[in-house]
Amino acid sequence: MTTPLLSLQGLTKAYPGVVANDQVSFDIGEGEVHALLGENGAGKSTLVKMIYGLVKPDSGTMLLRGQPFAPPEPRAARADGIAMVFQHFSLFDALNVAENIALGMENPPPMGDLASRIREVSETYGLPLDPYRTVGDLSAGERQRVEIIRCLLQDPKLLIMDEPTSVLTPQEVEILFETLNKLRSEGTSILYISHKLEEIRTLCDHATILRLGKNVGECVPAETSARDMAEMMVGSTLQTPERSGREFGEVALDVSGLSVPSPSEFGTALKNIHMTVRKGEVLGIGGVAGNGQDELLGALSGEILTAADAIKFNGQRIGKLGPTARRKLGVLTAPEERLGHAAAPDMSLTENALLTGSVREGLESNGFLKWAETKSFAEKIISAFDVRTPGPENAARSLSGGNLQKFVIGREVLQNPDILVVNQPTWGVDAAAAAAIRQAILDLAAKGTAVVCISQDLDELMEISDSFAALNEGRLSAPRPTTGLTVDEIGLMMGGAHGMEVAHV
Amino acid sequence: MDLGEINPVLLVASLMVAATPLLLAAIGELVVEKAGVLNLGVEGMMIVGAISGFAISVETGSPWLGFVAAAIGGAVLSLLFVLLTQVALANQVASGLALTLFGLGFSALMGQSYVGVKPPSMGDIHIPVISDIPVIGPILFQHDPILYVGIALTAAVWATLKYTRVGLILRAVGENHDAAHALGYKVIKIRIMAILFGGACAGLGGAYISLIRVPQWTEGMTAGVGWIALALVVFASWKPWRALLGAYLFGGITVLQLNLQAAGVAIPVEYLAMSPYIITILVLVILSADKSSAPASLGRTFHASH
Repeated sequence: MTTPLLSLQGLTKAYPGVVANDQVSFDIGEGEVHALLGENGAGKSTLVKMIYGLVKPDSGTMLLRGQPFAPPEPRAARADGIAMVFQHFSLFDALNVAENIALGMENPPPMGDLASRIREVSETYGLPLDPYRTVGDLSAGERQRVEIIRCLLQDPKLLIMDEPTSVLTPQEVEILFETLNKLRSEGTSILYISHKLEEIRTLCDHATILRLGKNVGECVPAETSARDMAEMMVGSTLQTPERSGREFGEVALDVSGLSVPSPSEFGTALKNIHMTVRKGEVLGIGGVAGNGQDELLGALSGEILTAADAIKFNGQRIGKLGPTARRKLGVLTAPEERLGHAAAPDMSLTENALLTGSVREGLESNGFLKWAETKSFAEKIISAFDVRTPGPENAARSLSGGNLQKFVIGREVLQNPDILVVNQPTWGVDAAAAAAIRQAILDLAAKGTAVVCISQDLDELMEISDSFAALNEGRLSAPRPTTGLTVDEIGLMMGGAHGMEVAHV
Repeated sequence: MDLGEINPVLLVASLMVAATPLLLAAIGELVVEKAGVLNLGVEGMMIVGAISGFAISVETGSPWLGFVAAAIGGAVLSLLFVLLTQVALANQVASGLALTLFGLGFSALMGQSYVGVKPPSMGDIHIPVISDIPVIGPILFQHDPILYVGIALTAAVWATLKYTRVGLILRAVGENHDAAHALGYKVIKIRIMAILFGGACAGLGGAYISLIRVPQWTEGMTAGVGWIALALVVFASWKPWRALLGAYLFGGITVLQLNLQAAGVAIPVEYLAMSPYIITILVLVILSADKSSAPASLGRTFHASH
């Protein structure tokens, strides 16, 4: 047997209170696409950070082509041919493509030469890119190209990709896979991190599965069913949320001709959005991040005010009402960003419960707060949604992502909204918690609430929504019933490949 | 009232002198802010620079050594800011304000025995032929050397930020420190260097006031120039040449209003005195109406999370 490109032996890394990686060992062969599979918090990111020199292992060794390999910093890892495409892009919005790429290189050539090399490499791999465009203006798919080209310019032996497809449309994923296949055929190894099983089955030669920081198994993805892999990943059988057939009532939320500019510099303006949601209906809104999701949530919650008749609730014009007035009427929202938007990180769960619950739950009188009632409201959320925390006096920041998400969603669900708008309800949440959150949303709809669920997880939207629409560059496609929609149709609704040229490889 | 008493050549020549302290401090702060750090202690670093430079040049008799000492003095005070914000991860706004208060008090203490003393003079440069050209000579080529240092520094900072790798890394750190860290750049180290540079520049600016512009020492003699420098950086949209323009505008109106006061124009002195501040801010607000992009990480504390 030939020496593997990279061999990990007994890597262990502990943080206070949690062992992120526990004796993880596996090999990556030359020219192999190796999948690293696991739920959020399984230790995938810590592991690749060790390979990339951002984190030092507590114990264990790595061998690169049989030689000991312990990069003290990313620079050293890059010098040894390791390149990484980050999950949350490590790009600088205000700088242009060439400057961004130069920052990721050890000895970048002068800007002019670099620009022509970027053109050349990007054409070769079917990822056309203009070196002088400002990164802040690029789409998610194009930003990823910047990262990939930054890596390719350094002739990597091992390319690490952390959740590369989470921001892409199905068509963009196809282009990416063609590029990766071309790289594999040239002998580059790829470590591909994902929790999307079907992707791994089409692309990867080999898979290692992590659970709670441990290597719990390896498989050849093409020969293993997605369900088996999922169960290895989760460690138990999965519950699928139940959806009971239900009747829709009259129109609860009516949005017509909604156009608002984005409050942030690199945001997306909403352009002429029309949609209606009936009582008991779940409308799923898909689309790649940054296409107006945050702005849509802001417009519906009242953080962004619009023309009065652009948004109607049960026929009442609410476009000019602020968040508190809308809450009073029964229009509740749960934004995407848990720490900072949906919850105040350093405040306790009780205080956070008060922040959105005070109006509907009657938690204040004459300007004074009713702490006892607030505390029991927080406790109610904690018990109803199985939030794992020692008690409501703990700071929101101290909860894990999944637990805080359950709290944030539970806080709105328990206020019996007439309309609930959620953005990315299960982002970064483990499978069991995600299933619980989806079930809660479905139960709420069954009681007659109109639900708008904005998400980038298409599987989730297919699972819970009755109709589906996609946001693309601030425009919303016409909603269509979910049943019978194909992946191709959804991809086209999301904007197809965003006019990006398909890879010619 | 006699406007004819105002000599345009002298006016332009003295506006450059009036603008230089502001320019030096603003260029330093511009670099600091480009690295993502908001140091509100400019006024404090200036006044400490002013007294350090004054004391050393009086003691040694050399204005040059005085300016070196001023740069060191400003940088040493900024080291305190480094300790607070980059090592102890304290809030930058509060630390900067503390730095100014500390600098004002400390400089008053250091300067007690220097009140009323006259510092050695630096003397203006005189280049044969060029300096003797009528009008242009007195305006452009008969100044003290530090004034030219200020302009050269502006050009150097502009070129460094725009064309060099060091400049690119500095901007990257100010733009997104997490991404810069992920790429393996030493965010804290780069920021410390920038803060020290900013401190040295502010120190130079302060010493320019105490050694050349006024030549004497009085408590609190920087009189808010540090604050104007801070505003100038923002309104100049973090662009060095615009900072130069703003500084000259401010200097120009300061000198002009002094001349108008002397000429006895029938405008109340208070209005004349406030005019440099108002006009500079107005003009720069209009200039920065285009996409004025602050460094995205400005004022945010960086803490490597792993």
